[in-house]
Amino acid sequence: MTAPRQRAEARAGAAFALPAFALILALLLAPLAALLALSVTDYRLGAMAVRLVGLDNYAALFADEVFQRSLRNTFLYVAFVLPGAVFGGLGVALLVHARRRSRAFYEVAYFLPVTATLVAMATVWQFMLHPSLGPVSALLRALGFGDVDLLNDPSLALGTLALIGLWQVIGFNMVLFLAGLSAIPRDLYEAAALDGARSGPDRFLRVTWPMLGPTTMFVTITSTITAFKVFDTVVVLTRGGPLGSTETLLYVLYLEGFQYFRTGYAAAMTVVLLAFLVLLSILQARVIDRKVHYA
Amino acid sequence: MKQQQTPTSEARAAGLTLRGIVKHFGPTRVLDGVDLDIRPGEFLTLVGPSGCGKSTLLRIIAGLEAQSAGSVTIGGRSVDALPPSERDVAMVFQSYALYPHMSVAANIASPLELRRLSLFERLPLLRWLSPRRPRVMREIMTEVRAMAGQLQLEGLLDRRPAQLSGGQRQRVALGRAMVRRPAAFLMDEPLSNLDAKLRVHMRTELAELHARLGATFVYVTHDQIEAMTMSDRVALMDKGRILQLGTPSELYDTPADVTVARFIGSPPINLLEVEASAGGVIRMAGLALRAPGPGRYTIGIRPEALHLGRAAPGLLAARLRRAENLGAEWLLHAETEEGAPLAIRMTAAEHAAADALIGQVLHLSASRAGVHLFGPDGRRVAVEAAVEAPA
Repeated sequence: MTAPRQRAEARAGAAFALPAFALILALLLAPLAALLALSVTDYRLGAMAVRLVGLDNYAALFADEVFQRSLRNTFLYVAFVLPGAVFGGLGVALLVHARRRSRAFYEVAYFLPVTATLVAMATVWQFMLHPSLGPVSALLRALGFGDVDLLNDPSLALGTLALIGLWQVIGFNMVLFLAGLSAIPRDLYEAAALDGARSGPDRFLRVTWPMLGPTTMFVTITSTITAFKVFDTVVVLTRGGPLGSTETLLYVLYLEGFQYFRTGYAAAMTVVLLAFLVLLSILQARVIDRKVHYA
Repeated sequence: MKQQQTPTSEARAAGLTLRGIVKHFGPTRVLDGVDLDIRPGEFLTLVGPSGCGKSTLLRIIAGLEAQSAGSVTIGGRSVDALPPSERDVAMVFQSYALYPHMSVAANIASPLELRRLSLFERLPLLRWLSPRRPRVMREIMTEVRAMAGQLQLEGLLDRRPAQLSGGQRQRVALGRAMVRRPAAFLMDEPLSNLDAKLRVHMRTELAELHARLGATFVYVTHDQIEAMTMSDRVALMDKGRILQLGTPSELYDTPADVTVARFIGSPPINLLEVEASAGGVIRMAGLALRAPGPGRYTIGIRPEALHLGRAAPGLLAARLRRAENLGAEWLLHAETEEGAPLAIRMTAAEHAAADALIGQVLHLSASRAGVHLFGPDGRRVAVEAAVEAPA
C-alpha cells in the first residue's frame, strides 16, 4: 500500500472514531476533569470569585471529624451489607432455582424491592419500625426485647439501615445468580454424580460454586459499589442521626454540596469516594479474576 | 460406601442386564420395553437415528435418569435403587464434561478424591486439618500420573481443559473414567465433537483401549460406521425399541428390518417397491425370488450387489446420472424408469471395463447375497427358494 493511501485510511478511521470519542470526552472525561478542577478551589455555588486553594480541601477533609465518621460508618455499612448481599443472593437463587412451577412467583417477589424506589418504600419501613405503632417493634417487644427504637438508637440505626439495604439488593443479586446457575452445563453435575458426588454440599463445592465464580465476582463488585453509595435511606429515615451514627459518605457529601453549598469541598470528597470505589473494584477484580475465569 | 480399588490392572468386567425398560417423558414414550443382555467384556454399541432413545437408555444404565418401568442389573446386582456413583460404571460424555476450573490432574483425580476422602477432608481450609489427607492424596496422584502415562497426558497435568485440544480433552475424559477401574464404561457419542480425521484415529484408539482393559463398553452413537468398526455387537434402535441385536456382519448381511437395512451401510441400501405375482414370485434385476405370498414388498439391494451387464430381458434398467471416483472404487448414481434412485458400487477395474457414460441406460443384475426382501410391516421376509430367471 502506498503512503498517501495509508494516510487517507488513517484519516477516515479517525473520522469514524471521532463522534464516539467526542461523546466520551463530553460525557465522561470532561465532568471528571471539572470535578478534579473544582476540588482544588474554594468555589461555593453562586459565588462570584473563585480562588485556587491547592490541596487545602483534601487536607481539611482528613482533619474533618464528620468526614472521618462518615467514612467509618460507610465502611461499617459495606462490611455489613456485602456478605449478606452476596451469600443471601446466592442462597435465595439456589432455593428459587430448584423450584419449577413456583419459580416465576419467587423471582418476582424477590425482585419487587429492586423495582420499588427506596424513597417510597422507606415510608413503609418508617411505619414498620415505628417505636410505638410499628409491627417490627411490637414483635421485638413480644419477644421480650423491651422497647427498641431501631432507627433512633445510635448503636442500632446503622445496622437497621444495612438490613433495609440488604432487603433491597438481595433480589437483584438473586437474578444475577439465577442467570449464572442456568448457564452451568447439566453435564457437569452428571459427571460429578458418576464421579461420586452424592450430597448437595459435594455438588455445590465441586460444580456450582466454582462455576459461579464470574457471577460472584460481578455481584461482589456491584454490591460493594451500591453499598458504598448508600444515601436514600439515610436521607429519608435518619438524616444521619442519631448522633451522626448513620452519616455516610454520600450523605455528608450531599450536605456539603447542596445544603452548605461548599462545592469545592464536596468535589474533593467526591474524588475521594471515586478513588475508593475504583481502588476497591480493581483490587477485587485483580484478586478474584485470576481464580474465576477458566477459558 | 467406600470403594477401595486396588491399582492392579486386572480386568474388571461386568455383564449388564436390562429387562423391560420403559421410559415416559410426560405423554411421550421414549423407550418402549427394551430387553438387552450385555456380556462381560463386550463392546456393545447402541446405534440409531436421533430421538430413538439410545442416549436415554444409556442414562438409565448410568442412573442419571430413572426408568418408568423395568430393571437394570450390573454384574448380577440390581442397581435400580442405587445412585450413579454406586453403580460401578463410568461415563464419557459427548461434551467431555470436564471441570473447567480444575487442572487435568485434578479432573482425573476427581472420582478417587470423591470416593476416598470424606466430605470434611475435601472442604476448603478445613481439609488441611485431616491427618490422613496428605497420604491419600499422594496415593491418588501416583495413580493419576500412571493414568496420564497410559494416555500420553504426562506433560499436560497442570493445564486447564480450556488449554487442551479436542483430542486431548477426550483423553482426559477417558482418564477420569478409567482411573477408578469401573466394571463398565458408558460412552455417549464421545467422538462426535472431534474433526473427521481425529475421529477415525480415536476409533482405533478406543477399540485398542477396549482390548487392553477388557472391560465392558456400552457405546452410544448415531454413526453407523463407528458402530460397525468398533463393536462386538450392535443394538440398532428405532422409536424406543431395539430392532436388531447382532454382530456388525449380521446386521449388514441379514437385516431384520427395513430400517436396519437403511441405517447400516454407506452408501445406503437401494430400496425398490415390488409386486409379487399370484404365486409369490418376484422378478428383479435378473433374479427370481419366491416370497411367501402375493402382494407388495420392498426389495433392498446393496450397492455392491448390483453389476453392469448387457441389455437382456429381466435386468433392471436405470439411467446413469452421476459417477463418483473414490480412487479404489467407483460409485454410480442412476435412476430407474420409475424414478427411484439407485447407487451402484464397483471396483475401479470393473468401472474401466464397463465404460459407463453419463446419460446412458445401464442394465443391472443383482447378486443374491446382497438382496433382501421386506414385508409391508418392514420386517424381513424369508425368501424360500431362488429360481434363476429365464435367460
